[in-house]
Order: sequence, then structure tokens, then C-alpha cells
Amino acid sequence: VATALSLQHLVKIGAHIAAHKTMPGGLLPLLHAIQDDIGYVPEESYLPISKGLALSLAEVHGVVTFYHHFRTHPVGKHILHICRAESCQAMGAVKLESEIKAQLGIDFHETTADGKITLEPIYCLGNCACSPAIMLDDEVYGRVNVEMVNELVAELASEVTA
Amino acid sequence: MSEIEVTPVKIFVPRDSSALSLGANRTAKAIQAEADKRGIKIELIRNGSRGLFWLEPFVEVATDSGRVAFAPVQPKDVASLFDADFLDPFSINASKHALNLGLTEELTWLKKQQRLTFARVGITDPLSLEDYIEHYGYKGLANALKSTGAEIVKTVTDSGLRGRGGAAFPTGIKWNTVLGAGEKGVQKYVVCNADEGDSGTYSDRMIMENDPFVLIEGMTIAGIAVGATIGYIYLRSEYPHAQKTLNEAIAKAEAAGYLGDDVCKSGKAFHLEVRRAAGAYICGEETSLIESLEGKRGLVRFKPPLPAIEGLFGKPTVVNNVISLATIPIILDKGAQYYADYGMGRSRGTLPIQLAGNIKQGGLVELAFGVTLRELLYDFGGGSATGKPIRAVQVGGPLGAFLPESQFDIQLDYEEFTKINGVVGHGGIVAFDDTVDMAKMARYAFEFCAIESCGKCTPCRVGAVRGVEVIDKIIAGKDLAKNIALVRDLSDTMMSGSLCAMGGMTPFPVLSALNHFAEDFGIENKGIVDAKKVAA
Repeated sequence: VATALSLQHLVKIGAHIAAHKTMPGGLLPLLHAIQDDIGYVPEESYLPISKGLALSLAEVHGVVTFYHHFRTHPVGKHILHICRAESCQAMGAVKLESEIKAQLGIDFHETTADGKITLEPIYCLGNCACSPAIMLDDEVYGRVNVEMVNELVAELASEVTA
Repeated sequence: MSEIEVTPVKIFVPRDSSALSLGANRTAKAIQAEADKRGIKIELIRNGSRGLFWLEPFVEVATDSGRVAFAPVQPKDVASLFDADFLDPFSINASKHALNLGLTEELTWLKKQQRLTFARVGITDPLSLEDYIEHYGYKGLANALKSTGAEIVKTVTDSGLRGRGGAAFPTGIKWNTVLGAGEKGVQKYVVCNADEGDSGTYSDRMIMENDPFVLIEGMTIAGIAVGATIGYIYLRSEYPHAQKTLNEAIAKAEAAGYLGDDVCKSGKAFHLEVRRAAGAYICGEETSLIESLEGKRGLVRFKPPLPAIEGLFGKPTVVNNVISLATIPIILDKGAQYYADYGMGRSRGTLPIQLAGNIKQGGLVELAFGVTLRELLYDFGGGSATGKPIRAVQVGGPLGAFLPESQFDIQLDYEEFTKINGVVGHGGIVAFDDTVDMAKMARYAFEFCAIESCGKCTPCRVGAVRGVEVIDKIIAGKDLAKNIALVRDLSDTMMSGSLCAMGGMTPFPVLSALNHFAEDFGIENKGIVDAKKVAA
């Protein structure tokens, strides 16, 4: 759900734009900086980005939406990526995917009701000798089964309450 | 014990992300904690992975006669290792420990390999420049700095090195075009394609995480050769560990004068920067990659002009894969002939092969071209992980053909694969056991293309979507003859009419599935070879 941006976010976005203004081919690095910082690239940032980098609004929109990595809406506290590529399929990734979805009660691109986990597909983590693989935030896990995922999810739950 | 206190024993625990994915950090922590608890001083080194991933976390202990391997080591095994005095691996107790594999260098799996590009991987601390130099690092650059650009290019051409990203275009010829391109003093670029998106491949990741300086050295040599002063590594966003390692390594190389305005006091400049991709498979295509580096959508460009003449920001640009660039230092160090002596036919040198998917012993096997698929799958891979027969193998990523058992004797060689409408590609081999449904794999090939198509040309953009629809009808058993004819017709259009390999090669997995595994599509197998009969 898109909401008006907080002043804090606007200030942050403004600072990132200033830092990337003169960088050759700086739009992708800028979008990464914004998403790394506030978790997504809000549509409200398109106008200041287009002005700062002397691009059209359409160009900014086009780039943000072309790349799978960029999101235009806030996501959960953690992101769980499940690899869907061939190597993981050869080791039961299709079954694992449906089990994880059932456990979390969400589909791809959705977030659990408590706001903790967003589920995303990914196409290869380069961990193909240890398939199936998942990535939780920046950490990759190999030879994964649904019990392991449940343990990780339980750890996240305790981490928040601690 | 008194000796151990004087010189701490070196213990190696890999920091490669596949090793981490199997718990290498937990193992390293447990070893340090157990040593502290027992008051034993150790020197814990986080090395690269040797690439025997079924044995990770792969712990090694240094001895006078070489490193001894204990693997796989989980935290629960650590106390028993100390109990068995594993710091003295040849002691009676340590030799008897179930995880003791003996001297690492003597392991058959490693001993049978020919590691040139991966010579240091798993041996050194990836972020130690001293370690790199001690293991023949920067010798190639030293030779390059004594040569003219044309001489360097000639060495690369004579080595026979071809683009390891998949297209197999001769690297030296590409460099030569950039060397001669543009007016004197024009800004040129070296771009490293590190958007390793093919499923079943991880050799680029391993180089970047486990021996980043070899890539930095290779790119520096490329820059010196063609007269480029700026380099970019276009790295996929799925590799956060590689990004950290590369950035640290670049900072160290800069601080030591191997990068910057005056490389090794030669008066020549070379600057290097890592740029993160954003999850688009198509950006592994070189013109799409260039668009992305320029801050645009990754739309494929028409060729000509070639990137070598009008590439990044319209300037002459070398675009090479990680493995191609990481192979340059050893060629410049040991000479073109040394490298060219490996291989077969027009495929010279070695290929870092990656065993993946349903395979018992998955990992990195670097060998001269000419090894057969069967040797790789069974001698190295040990058969399937599930213990069932290997029914199909996909070589060369999502755009590579599926090969049945009857084709397993093919030699890894670019031309041999072309003859059977297959590709060696980036050297990834994904094995499937007999539970695989090849109609579903064909559907996935179209689905992947539909998700990842840049959308510029119609055969790819529309063809992929139509392909999924038609395969769905076939899976549902509707008008089989008509719909199979339609898939073949559609594939023909995509192969002949697409702008790049994405649409042009998506039919490879589809048609190979149809030709070799027709029974999975509900039709009689009338292929040239009946895979099941051969297997029986």
C-alpha cells in the first residue's frame, strides 16, 4: 500500500540523489542506495530523481520497473528468496517452494501478516552444488528442506521479541 | 603441546559462500571456541574453497608435509577432533578420526584436475595480497608492463583463449579491435561481465570470492593492453559476499599501488569499480549489460556497432567474462604456448566446469577441453545425489540443450557441442535423475524466457509467452500433433528472428527435450536415438 513519504525518507532520498548526480551511469547505483537505505524505491522518488539526474519521469519509471531487484512498495523486515532455477529444481525446489508458501501462508511477492517476512523468487544464487538453495536477507543456505526453513523462521520470531 | 604454544597451528576454514551456506562460519566459531576453552593457540585462516562442495565445511590443518583435510566438519564434530589431537593430523588418534581425509593434495578428485585459472583457489586467504604475491600473483602484470599493447594482445591471441562467458569468441581478437579503435587518447573501458546468471554455474562467484586479485590483475592487464584506464565489474546483485570481497580487494590493490593513477610506477593508470546489477538475466548479454551500466533499462542493442568500437558511453570497450579475465594473468606469466598446450581442436586451454543439480559430488572441476561428460558425471560427480539413474543433463545454463544418456560420451569442446545443437556455455552441468518431467522442463525454458526477455524483439517477447501456452496444451494432451508442430514452428521463428541469444537459444532446451524425451510429451519417441533403450 503506497503511503505518503515521511519527511525523513524524503531527506534521505535527497541526499542519495545529491551523491549520485555526477556519477557516470549513476541511476542504478542511486536506486540501490535508496533501496538499501529505506527498503524500497517509492514512486514518490521518481520526480526528484528525474530532476536531479536530468532524466524524464518515464525513463526513471522504466528503469525501476525493468529490474526484478527493485521494489516500489515497502516489504517485510526480512526477505526470503527461494531459488527456482534448474539446478534447484533437480533437487526438489518445486516441492520446497510450495511447502514454504503453505507454511508461511503467503505467495511470492507477499508479506506475512506480522510484517516479518516477504517471499520472493530468485533465479540462481550460484550455490548450485548445494541445491536446493534459499537466501534469507544476505545469507545463502544450501541443501535446504522445509524443517530448516521453519527453524530459521522461528529464530527470526525470537530475535524480534528479544 | 608445548610446541603448539610456540607456533600456533594453522587451521583453514573456507569463507566461500557455498561453504557458508553449509555452516562454515559456525564451524569456524566452534573451532576457535574449543581451542580457547582448551587453552590451545591456533591461527584460524578463512581461505577460499577447494570446490569439493559435498565435503564442505572443509577444514584443513597445516603440517610440514602439506595440509591435511577433515571434512565435512559440523560444530558437533569439533570437540571430537580436538579429543583426537587433530592439530597433529598424523598422530595415531587423528589418523583414525572418521573425518580425516589425508593430505588434501592427494585427494583423487583434486589430483586429477588441471587447475590453471583456479591455481590459487582454496589455497590462499582471498584477501591477503601478500598471499597472492607469494603464490605467483602479479607476475603476469609485471610481464605486461614490460610489453607493448600489441605484444600483450598477440600473447592472448596465441594462447587460443576464447570467451568463457558462453559465446566463445576469441579474446585476443576482441582486444585487438579495441586496441585499434578510436582516435589517440580516446577514453576506453574494460568491463567485466560478472552477471553470472546461468543456473548450474558458480565459477565466477568462486573466483571473485576466493581469488579476487586474479580478476583485478587480469582486468589491469586488459586495460594496459588496449589503453583503457577505467574498468567496471558488473556484478549480479545475488552475490553480496562477492561484492564485499571485491571491494576490499580493490581497496588493498589501490593502497599497494597495483591500481590507481600510476600502476606499479609504470606511469599508466587503471581504476576499477564494482557496479551492482539488479536481477535481470538479460544483462549478461554484453550490449544489454552496457545499457545497464549506463543507467538504463537493459535493452539489447543492435550490432553493429560492436561494443569493441562503440561500447560503454559510446567508447571502445572490452567486455569479457570473469573467467576469461581471470585466466589472463597465468597466460601472461607462463606464456601463450603453455596455455595453448592444453585442450583439443580449436578449444584451447582449460575450462572450469561446475557440477550441479542432482549430483552426488558437486563442485568445481578445472580440466583441459576434451574431457567427456560421462567422466565428469560419474568419475568426478559420482552419479546422482539421489542414487537414481541420471536421465538428463543440461549443459551451458538455461539456454543449453538437455542431453540424454546416449550423448554422455561427448567431449567438452565448443565445436563438438555445436554439432549436436548444444552449447558448452559457461561450463555449468546440471544433472537430473529419472524423476524429471522433461515436458515441465521445456515449459520452464519458455517461462524463464518470458520472465527475463528484455522485450525489444517480438520473437522473444511474444514467442516465449506463446511457448508456455502451447506447452500447457501439450501437457494437457490437447491436439498433440498440431501443437507439437506449432512448438517446432515457433522455435524456428525464435531461433531465426531473435535479436540475441535469449530468444535465439531458448528453443535449444525445448527442442532437445522434445527430440530426446518425446515420451514425456505424450508422444512416441521417434528421435534419432531412444535414450531409454540405450540405457537399458
